[in-house]
Amino acid sequence: MKVNVNANAKKATLIALAGLGAAALVAGCATTADPAGSQALDASFKAMMQASFRDEGIAKVDRLQQDAGQAACSSGAAPAEATAKRIEAESLATVKPPSDGKYLGDWKEGEKLAQSGRGMTWTDKSAASSANGGNCYNCHQLTKAEISFGTIGPSLYNYGKLRGVTDPASPAAKPMIDYTWGKLYNAWAYNACSNMPRFGHKGLLDEKQMQHLMALLLDPKSAVNQ
Amino acid sequence: MKRIFLGMLGVALGLSVQAQTKSAADGIAEYRKMLEDGNPAELFEAKGEDLWKKKRGPKNASLEQCDLGKGPGVVKGAWVELPRWFADTRRVQDLESRLLTCMETLQGLNAAEIARTPFGKGEQVTMEALAAWISAESRGMKMALPQAHAEEQRMYQLGQRAFFFRGGPMDFACSTCHGEKDKRIRLQDLPDLRSNPGDGIGFAAWPAYRVSSGEMWSMQRRLNDCYRQQRFPYPGYASDVTIALGVYMGVNAKGAASIAPAIKR
Repeated sequence: MKVNVNANAKKATLIALAGLGAAALVAGCATTADPAGSQALDASFKAMMQASFRDEGIAKVDRLQQDAGQAACSSGAAPAEATAKRIEAESLATVKPPSDGKYLGDWKEGEKLAQSGRGMTWTDKSAASSANGGNCYNCHQLTKAEISFGTIGPSLYNYGKLRGVTDPASPAAKPMIDYTWGKLYNAWAYNACSNMPRFGHKGLLDEKQMQHLMALLLDPKSAVNQ
Repeated sequence: MKRIFLGMLGVALGLSVQAQTKSAADGIAEYRKMLEDGNPAELFEAKGEDLWKKKRGPKNASLEQCDLGKGPGVVKGAWVELPRWFADTRRVQDLESRLLTCMETLQGLNAAEIARTPFGKGEQVTMEALAAWISAESRGMKMALPQAHAEEQRMYQLGQRAFFFRGGPMDFACSTCHGEKDKRIRLQDLPDLRSNPGDGIGFAAWPAYRVSSGEMWSMQRRLNDCYRQQRFPYPGYASDVTIALGVYMGVNAKGAASIAPAIKR
């Protein structure tokens, strides 16, 4: 997660860009020197994917229908700057604040969610967000106590403390609260094509679950900030 | 037996959990060493060799005339050159899809039915043992997939696309976990499969005996579980996407020494 000291200013710029359509995203796909050969390969790739997969449990073949962002993020290289900006603007536009206006839940519940890597596979019974974990420790360090953590994402140990959040309810903390909520809701708002799942946007976690994860990261009492 | 292995693995990994200086891979390496004279994969290899030579199926024939790419009956060195183009089927095939062809043409078994059978059941048990033995016959040899045929090159390109293809509810691709150097999921080291990850790592380590489940996993099963964790739909056994990924990973691993069948956590 990038440290964003000036989230409000960036947000304003991105909102200004948000009017650009989804079609523009597709146009941002990498082009090659051989468009005809590339198109033939596109067609055979599509046919191969269609023929190779089948439905199993909750994991249906419609999961292979890429949205514009997924398609733009599948080249293996970072998107061009203009494309990245469009993706970030469109992603930011999807972020909804919590309906009850509360951003922080219970950090202990957040820790449980962070530990859980469950959800959305063909061996899971339900695709409801209540059946899903946050998968956080798979990729991030969070607390000192849990040493079994992954490194695909940056360490989030002392996340709130390092960003000077002493009172999450204070106006001074608001930009960091908004940024962190946005990051959990749709990580691509701040980092186009990030590896991090878009938890709110894709309905992977509900508001309550995200509030618990917010507390895990930002509550000064959380084990993350000790 | 499984419990004993798990216990030993626990001992081997115990130190690494206390001291971060030692990675899970080191623990596994230590565990492998302890089992040098008794990798349980050997049991599967012996069974696989028997099954290769045994007369079976409606045609009551063995697989000894099966052409794995180096001529009928040549097993040694075949594994490190698969997947490759086969003129008789006019397809690029990996080990498992090629075995299905041989089982159907030589033995009269139903390939489609075997492909539909769940892992660990029925003829899939035969496939695991055959894959274990055939890969063991190339142990220590270097990965050397051919890329001369146009179809082999095309499958490499398709595999590369599949590798970076993001989809599903979590936007994952193969590259999410295997597209950067020196990354981990929890304590599990992840090979970077965009290039050669080194001797006995990634494509050069499967099939493998999985200690945690007490099972022999072929590359097909490994890829199947990758896609499960990617939150994708179910890839067909020996489907083209799995073969294309095999070409991509195998060609990238050119020159890496194969340790298959390896032993995994």
